Amino acid sequence: MDDKATAKTRRALGMGITYLVFALLTWVLFVPGTTSEQLTTFTFNVTAGNLPPIPDLTFHTLTGIYLMVALAALAGVWQLTKGFKNVYLILGLVSVFFVLAFLAWAARDKSMNLTGMIGATLLSSIPITLAALSGVMCERSGVVNIGIEGMMLSGAFMSALIGSVTHSTWWGLIAAVLAGGLTAALLAVMAIKYQVDQIVAGTAINILTTGLTSYFSSRYLQTNGALNNPPTFDRISLPLLGKIPIVGPSLFNNTLVVYTAIVLVFLIYWLLFYTRWGLRTRAVGEHPRAADTLGINVFRMRYINVILGGMVAGLGGAYLVLSSVARFDELMTAGKGFIGLAAMIFGNWNPIGAFGASLIFGFADSLQTKLAILRVPIPSQFLLMAPYLVTMIVLAGVVGQSRPPAADGQPYEKE
Amino acid sequence: MSTQEQKATSQLESLARALLIPLLAVFTALVIGALLIIVTDDSVIAAFREGLGAGLSRSWSVIALAYGAFFTGAFGDVYHITETLRITTPYIFAGLAVALGFQGGLFNIGAEGQYFIGGLTTVYVGYSITGLPMIIHLPLALLAGMIGGGVWAGIVGFLKAKTGAHEVINTIMMNYIAIRLAEFLLDVGGPMARPGYRPVSPEIQPSAYLPQFFPSDPTIRFNVGFILALIAAIFIWWLLFKTTLGYEIRTVGQNPNAARYAGINVSKVIIVTMFISGTLAGLAASADILGVIHFMPNAFSAGYGFDAIALALLGNSHPAGVVLASLLFGALRAGATNMQGIAHIPVDITSILQGLIIIFIAAPAIIRAIYRLRGLEEGERLKLTRGWGQ
Repeated sequence: MDDKATAKTRRALGMGITYLVFALLTWVLFVPGTTSEQLTTFTFNVTAGNLPPIPDLTFHTLTGIYLMVALAALAGVWQLTKGFKNVYLILGLVSVFFVLAFLAWAARDKSMNLTGMIGATLLSSIPITLAALSGVMCERSGVVNIGIEGMMLSGAFMSALIGSVTHSTWWGLIAAVLAGGLTAALLAVMAIKYQVDQIVAGTAINILTTGLTSYFSSRYLQTNGALNNPPTFDRISLPLLGKIPIVGPSLFNNTLVVYTAIVLVFLIYWLLFYTRWGLRTRAVGEHPRAADTLGINVFRMRYINVILGGMVAGLGGAYLVLSSVARFDELMTAGKGFIGLAAMIFGNWNPIGAFGASLIFGFADSLQTKLAILRVPIPSQFLLMAPYLVTMIVLAGVVGQSRPPAADGQPYEKE
Repeated sequence: MSTQEQKATSQLESLARALLIPLLAVFTALVIGALLIIVTDDSVIAAFREGLGAGLSRSWSVIALAYGAFFTGAFGDVYHITETLRITTPYIFAGLAVALGFQGGLFNIGAEGQYFIGGLTTVYVGYSITGLPMIIHLPLALLAGMIGGGVWAGIVGFLKAKTGAHEVINTIMMNYIAIRLAEFLLDVGGPMARPGYRPVSPEIQPSAYLPQFFPSDPTIRFNVGFILALIAAIFIWWLLFKTTLGYEIRTVGQNPNAARYAGINVSKVIIVTMFISGTLAGLAASADILGVIHFMPNAFSAGYGFDAIALALLGNSHPAGVVLASLLFGALRAGATNMQGIAHIPVDITSILQGLIIIFIAAPAIIRAIYRLRGLEEGERLKLTRGWGQ
C-alpha cells in the first residue's frame, strides 16, 4: 500500500517536472533566435470547398512563444502544488504548447498554413494507425505481431494488382484486406499451431512478403504498366462536418479509407472493452489457462483475432495505394508497420491511445515536408528522430510504464 | 561396441540430426523457388498449352538455366568463389551478433542500425586520421567500428537491464535514429560528407584498407576481412562455451530468474551481451568499408538486420552454424545476382528463399510432416525470444 502511494506521488512529481522542462525547453530553444520585431502569420484557408475565408492570424513571434512558455510553466506549477486529475491529458496539452511555440518560431517573418498541416498530419497517420490497430488486435489476444509490415506490403501489392486488372477500387480494397488476412493466417498457423517463436515467425513473414512482392513486382508490374495503374478512391466531403471552419476541409473531406480507419479506431475500442467478444479476447491474452477453464476456445479466439488484425493491416496497405500514390512500389511501406508497432506500445495497447500516438508520428512526418519549404535551420533528420526517441522514453517508463497483455507472445498448450 | 565407439556413433548421429532439418529446409525452399520460377515464366505457360511433354521439358530447361546460373554465380570460377566469400564476410559478423543475443535471451533486431553507426565511426577514423602506419591505423578503424556498434546496442541493453524496456522495440527505434543520423551526417554539405554533390563520405586512407588476397586483380574483392570473421566466430565460440562470462550469458538466456538466484548479475550480463553483439554488427560495416567500398554512402543499407536473424536461426545460434549459414547466404546472394544477369530472374528470389528457410527451420514439424520423418524428436531448443513484458 505504502509502495503504491509513494509510486503515485513520484509519478505526480515527475509529471510536474516534465511540464516545467517543456516550458524551459521552449524558452531555451526558441527565444534566443527571435527578435522583438519579428511577426508570425498563421493562415487557415484551403482551396477545397466553398467556404467563407478566415482572416489570417498575425502576431509578434516572441509574444506567442512567451505565452506558450507561461502556459506550460503554469501547468507545471499547478501540478506540483495542487495536482491535475488527468496528467496525461495535460501532458498532451503541454506538448501542443511546445509544438505551437515551435511552429511560431519556425514561421517567423513568414506564414504557415495550419489547416494544411492538420490535414497532412491526419493523412500521414492513417497507415500508422491501421498498423497499430492490427497490432492491438493480435496482441490483445496474446500473439505478438512483428509481421505487420509484411501484411501491409502484401495488401498494398494486391490492391495495386487487382485494382489495376479490374479497374475497380473496391476489388482492390477487398483483395488487399484478403491478402493481409491470408498473410496473418500464416502467422497464426505458425504461432498457434506450430508454436513457433512469434517474433521469429513475424520476421520470417516480413522477409518472405518482401521477397514475394518485390519478385512479382519486377516480374509483372514493372514490365507491364497496365498492371500497376490502379484507380484511386474519390474524396467525399461529409455534409455539415465538411463546412466546419479550419478543421472541416482537412478532416472531413477525405477518402473512404480514411473514414474507415477512424471508425475502426473507435469500433475496435468498443469491441474490445464493451462486448463479450472483447472480454474473451482480453481474457485469452491475459490468462489463457483461466479462459480455457471457463470454456473459451483459446486457439479459436487467437486465430480470429490474428486474421482480423491482418485484414486491418492489409487495409493499411490499400490506403498507401488506393488512397494515396495510385501505384505499388517495392518496399513502399517503408517501416510504417514497425512505427505502428511503436504506436501500439506508446498507446498502451489501447486503440484510442494508439491513434493518438500515430497522430504524433504523423505530425512529425508532415512537419518534415513543411520545414523543408520554410528552410528552417535545424536539419529535418533530427525532427524525424523525435518520435522514435519519445517512444524509447515512454518505453523506459519515464513518463509512465505501458503494460502489455500478460500472455503476449506465449504459445498456449492445452493440458 | 565399446563405449567409446558408441559415443562416437551417437555424436555422429546427433550431428546428422542437427544437419538434417536445415538441409531439408534449404532443399525444400529451393524446390519451391523452382516452382515459382516455372509458374512465373511466360514461355513455360505457353509450352504447357502445347502439351504436357512440351511444358515439362520447357520447365526443365528454364530451371536448368536458372539454377545453372545460380550455381556458377556462387561457385563457378575463382572470381565467383571469392565473390561468394566476400559477401559471406559481413554475414558472418552480423549473424554472430544476433546469435550471441539469442544465446543470452536477447533479440537484437537492430543489427542494421548498429551496422550504420559502426560504419560511421569506422569511416570517420578511416578518413580523418592521416599519416599513421597501417599497423596502427587499420586496427584503430576496426576498433572504432566495434565501439560504434557496441555502444549503439549497449544503450538498448542498458535500457533493458535498468527499466525492462523491451529490446525489440528499442532496437527498431535505434535503427531509425541511426539511419536519420547517417542521413544528416552524410547529406550533401553534411558534417561527414565529401565536398561536392554526392551524399557520401570521403575516401578512407589506404593505411586503413583491409589487405586484399589478390592485389594484382582489382576485380577480385576478397580480403582479409574473411579471416577476421572466422577469428570472430572462433572467439565467440570460445567466449560462449569456455569462459565464465559465456556460461553466465547462456544461463541468463535460458532462465533469467534462475540466473539471478545463482548469483549472476543479470543486468550486467544483459548490457555486456548487447554490447558485444553490437560490436560484431559494427564489424560487419567495418569489413564492408575497410575491405570493399572504402567510403560510406548515405544509402548504406543492405538489409543485414533481417538477414542476420535468418542466419542466427539457421545456424541454431552456434558460431559454427552461423559460419555455415553465412556461406549458404553468401552463395545464395552471389548466385541470385548471376541468375538475374543470365536467366533474368529477379534477385528478390533470395528473400523468398530466406523467408521459407526460416519458416521451415523455426517450425521443423512442417519438414517432418513433408518428409514423413519419425523418431526424430525435437532436441533441446533455444528459447529465442520472450514477449514484450519480461
